[in-house]
Amino acid sequence: MQEERKVHIEVRDVTMAYGSFVIQRDLNFNIYEGDIFVIMGGSGCGKSTLLKHMLGLIPPSAGDIAYHGTSFTQASPKQQEAMRQRWGITYQSGGLFSAMTLAENVSLPLQLYTEYSAADIEAIVAYKLSLVGLGGYQSYYPSEISGGMAKRAALARAIALDPEILFFDEPSAGLDPISSRLLDELIIQLKESIGATVVMVTHELPSIFAIANNCVYLDNTTRTMIGYGDPAYLREHSDQAVVRQFLTRSAAAAEEDTA
Amino acid sequence: MSNQTPDFQLLTEDQDNYILSLSGEWVQGYEHTPFAELQAQLRQHRPGALTVDGTALASWDSVLMAFLLQCYNLCTSEHIALHTRDLPEGVIKLLDVATAVKPLDQSPEQQSPWWQGLNPVEVMHKITEDITESLDFIGEVSIAFVRLLMGKANTRFTDIRDFCYQAGPNAFGIISLTSVLVGMILAYLGAAQLQQFGAQVYVADLVVIGMLREMGVLMTAIVMAGRTGAAYAAQLGTMQTNEEIDAITTMGISPIEFLVMPRMLALVAVMPLLVIYANLLGIIGGGIVAGGMGISPLQYITQGQDAFAITHIMVGLLKSVVFAILIAIAGCQAGINSGRSSAAVGQAATEAVVTAIVYLIVADAAINILFQQLGI
Ligand SMILES: Nc1ncnc2c1ncn2[C@@H]1O[C@H](COP(=O)(O)OP(=O)(O)O)[C@@H](O)[C@H]1O
Ligand SMILES: [Mg+2]
Repeated sequence: MQEERKVHIEVRDVTMAYGSFVIQRDLNFNIYEGDIFVIMGGSGCGKSTLLKHMLGLIPPSAGDIAYHGTSFTQASPKQQEAMRQRWGITYQSGGLFSAMTLAENVSLPLQLYTEYSAADIEAIVAYKLSLVGLGGYQSYYPSEISGGMAKRAALARAIALDPEILFFDEPSAGLDPISSRLLDELIIQLKESIGATVVMVTHELPSIFAIANNCVYLDNTTRTMIGYGDPAYLREHSDQAVVRQFLTRSAAAAEEDTA
Repeated sequence: MSNQTPDFQLLTEDQDNYILSLSGEWVQGYEHTPFAELQAQLRQHRPGALTVDGTALASWDSVLMAFLLQCYNLCTSEHIALHTRDLPEGVIKLLDVATAVKPLDQSPEQQSPWWQGLNPVEVMHKITEDITESLDFIGEVSIAFVRLLMGKANTRFTDIRDFCYQAGPNAFGIISLTSVLVGMILAYLGAAQLQQFGAQVYVADLVVIGMLREMGVLMTAIVMAGRTGAAYAAQLGTMQTNEEIDAITTMGISPIEFLVMPRMLALVAVMPLLVIYANLLGIIGGGIVAGGMGISPLQYITQGQDAFAITHIMVGLLKSVVFAILIAIAGCQAGINSGRSSAAVGQAATEAVVTAIVYLIVADAAINILFQQLGI
């Protein structure tokens, strides 16, 4: 890793709340270019909500999120939309359009945001589906494939526009260990070849250590972040016992982090 | 700048080995020669091996990758050995990932021509199938009802209460509007004819009998089919999509008892009340029009009282119960048999309303003929 890493995403003094119910406060951290960044923490601590703030689906109650130094939270809806075009996103429950075939799902962003000819789109869709191991499944509907395949199809749609940032909410939740490891490997390979920054929410310890180089731990009881940095380093050297326990998965932590 | 445009050239190395030399900017926004061109050339020359040379490649993105993948797949199917030379590292890595899993062999599905749908034999077949399916469903509902009477059904009464609330009080606004207007329409229609005989005062009879026996209940039923029947189909269709109905079934609970019965009972409980309300408002609406035609309210009421018979009310209420059952059956059946996608749920809602309206009209005609014969 280089010494001088360029900051990609800045989270500044963010407070998250639903109404008067504060979920997390005073979140401050950077995500650097090319990071695989993991947001972790017990169930219900606000990981998905943080991701939604970063995506602009819900504005944070306070604070600012900036991409390459440009504030996203304060940007106009139009600017936000322009920034979002450079992102690929998969949702916790997939988010594939159930009434469309896989090919239609993947080609939708291409049709909306690029000038490709129909033949090019068809070729690119075939390529993206092949990348996630679903070559030939173009005419299948999401309900006709398995859960793991649906997760991969969602990934294919997320990378359709060669994004700069990939956001994943629990990409491997609900998959068997082997599929989940293959998905991790796929994410690494894709990240390395397209050079994207990856931000993901995950509970899977193997994934965290296998692929993440930076992470933040959101705590349920103190309602703020209590760990930030390389997960392998945090496991050994974090000054917070909860974080070390979470990362080594001792009994106390295991109780509260099941999804 | 000519070297900017993405291009490829097929060169001979020796008689069996060809080189595919890529040049220019293979990125979005530049027009490149379609892959079909290369395919034709390769099929013509039939080389034993092909080397992709990226020396002159300026830049690349998914456009190039899509092109190379097509190239790879063609070489695999034509048994051409594929090599690479001087391709960027990222390209090679991505190509490895993309070709790691063999694509699924997929024979394009035979699309049956559109006129196949008009084949009278198939149409008849589909109609009979639909009817058997509906009868099946009605049968299951009847069994569930019997079990409910015996106290063995898994029907929760709290559900019934909630559905009553959804179907009843929330529908007051729209029912008020439609029934007042229908009463007025009936009065206008009758007045125009009766005036020719100087018998305007009989407008009251017409409105009262028309509302009580026919229009009150029919209009309410149609509104409820659009409001509640469609909602039932959408609820159950979404539950089907989320595998909730599967979960209910595997818990050993009959979806008919658990999901259909409360909805049907709620509608059966609420419809007669709505119909009484609609009748009342319809008669008032008729009275307003009659007043405008010079019939005094007192005249309207006395004349209406003569026509106001308990049999007419009972006929309307009986119909309302039958219609409630039909609307619930149409809605729930469409929902439970819905497919598992957003489009399928939409289709289920449409089907619920269309089927319910067909049921309503047919049942109404049948009941009228029956009562005519019985002299009620
Ligand atoms: N739409 C919402 N309205 C109110 N509270 C919510 C909403 N969504 C989530 N919450 C609450 O916010 C907290 C964080 O939720 P979430 O971000 O989904 O947690 P995680 O993804 O970490 O499991 C939870 O306590 C949850 O109950
Ligand atoms: Mg979550």
